[in-house]
Amino acid sequence: MQTVKMVVTGPFSAGKTEFIRSVSEIDVVSTERKVSADGERAVKNATTVAMDFGRITVDEDLVLYLFGTPGQKRFDFMWEILSEGMLGFIVMVDSTRPETFREARSILETFRAYAPTPYVVAANKQDMADAWDIDDMRHALRLDGKVKLLPCVASDKATVKNVLLELLYSILAEMDGGDK
Amino acid sequence: MALRGNLRDFTVTQLLNLINLAHKTGTLVIEGPTEAAKVAFRDGKLAHAQIGQEDGRLASVLHRSNRLTTGQLRAIQTRAVHVSDKELGLLLINAGYMSQDDILNSLQSYFTDVVRRLFTWVEGSFRFENDMTPPEDRITVRLDLENLIIEGARQLREWEQLQDEIPSLDMALKFIERPGTSMQKMNLSVEEWRVVSYINPRNTIQQIASAAKMSDLEIRRIVYGLLQAGLVEVVRPEGVSVSVDRARPQVTVQNREEQKSLVNRLITRIRSI
Repeated sequence: MQTVKMVVTGPFSAGKTEFIRSVSEIDVVSTERKVSADGERAVKNATTVAMDFGRITVDEDLVLYLFGTPGQKRFDFMWEILSEGMLGFIVMVDSTRPETFREARSILETFRAYAPTPYVVAANKQDMADAWDIDDMRHALRLDGKVKLLPCVASDKATVKNVLLELLYSILAEMDGGDK
Repeated sequence: MALRGNLRDFTVTQLLNLINLAHKTGTLVIEGPTEAAKVAFRDGKLAHAQIGQEDGRLASVLHRSNRLTTGQLRAIQTRAVHVSDKELGLLLINAGYMSQDDILNSLQSYFTDVVRRLFTWVEGSFRFENDMTPPEDRITVRLDLENLIIEGARQLREWEQLQDEIPSLDMALKFIERPGTSMQKMNLSVEEWRVVSYINPRNTIQQIASAAKMSDLEIRRIVYGLLQAGLVEVVRPEGVSVSVDRARPQVTVQNREEQKSLVNRLITRIRSI
């Protein structure tokens, strides 16, 4: 049995757990506990403190694991552990919370430093009225035109699938590029 | 959709860059702690700027740039109350007082100055109103933002350097005791003297800034100068966190054909979910 993994990262409360939950065939195994910081409590009551992961069985020989990273900076010691051997990663960004864009950019750069694997950026909560436009987010996140910035609603399986597929296409494209 | 947020997360320079790159048309409304500013853009170029209650009408702008005397300004303000900026501009050109370029240059200079002042704003909220345009009677310009963005970026770098030097305004200052050094003989500016007069180990830098009515950037500049001159020292808070360098993981490389096959299987599976 071969296992491969993708990492879903992003700032606190960006929607990582929800994203994994939408496509995982098992209940997402998550280690959540009550948040302690006031600022975090204002956003949600429990957050991922160790990691959570979902599973997609491809066939008898292959399983894909989706690992969600804890969003808070104080748990960043976990990020490197989770990034080891990943096929690629997804950076989740809450489109309605511009105050987290800078942190998302920082997390993106941290993960790129850990491993030069392909990645995509998912602009979550695009169904909300106060969500930023994708083009505005691209400028704000300082993303190169080649980086895929994809609209997403973490609770909507179709958009989650699209994000995963776009990441896989990027991985394939890089492999093809490496052959030339 | 919404382009709104907080200046602590997006600097004015970053917003100008975004507006420039996206060729946006509309008005950026920035609400600072004490006043608000409205900066209008057309196709990503600066068109108009207004700050607080400041009189941004043409006559006042021309007076500021020494194109009109105080007497002329008063005459216009009393006799031509109902004349719009556009009408006033035409009157001045037709009367041979000044050229169209003189007027546009004065306005560009004023609008640029307004934006420069915004670079020091680090607290407040912003929103971009797509449908808001400058008042009909005002003269607008078309000014490229690149130079302003570069200037703002320089200020941002200065700001970041100052933040590195003075990480927290919650710290206090105290004079370094050096025999023979007399503050009375130092060549300080009025602003520096104002800060110096408040220096006391019990006053935080933030409190000094509030008392002297200075922005964070202004107080940091002055404190940095005083530190460099060896006049004061920062009383640092206790507890310094230590960052730990972590080694990068090794990336394993598999057979490329096997990897491609694996990825294709994943794609097929996810499509079927």
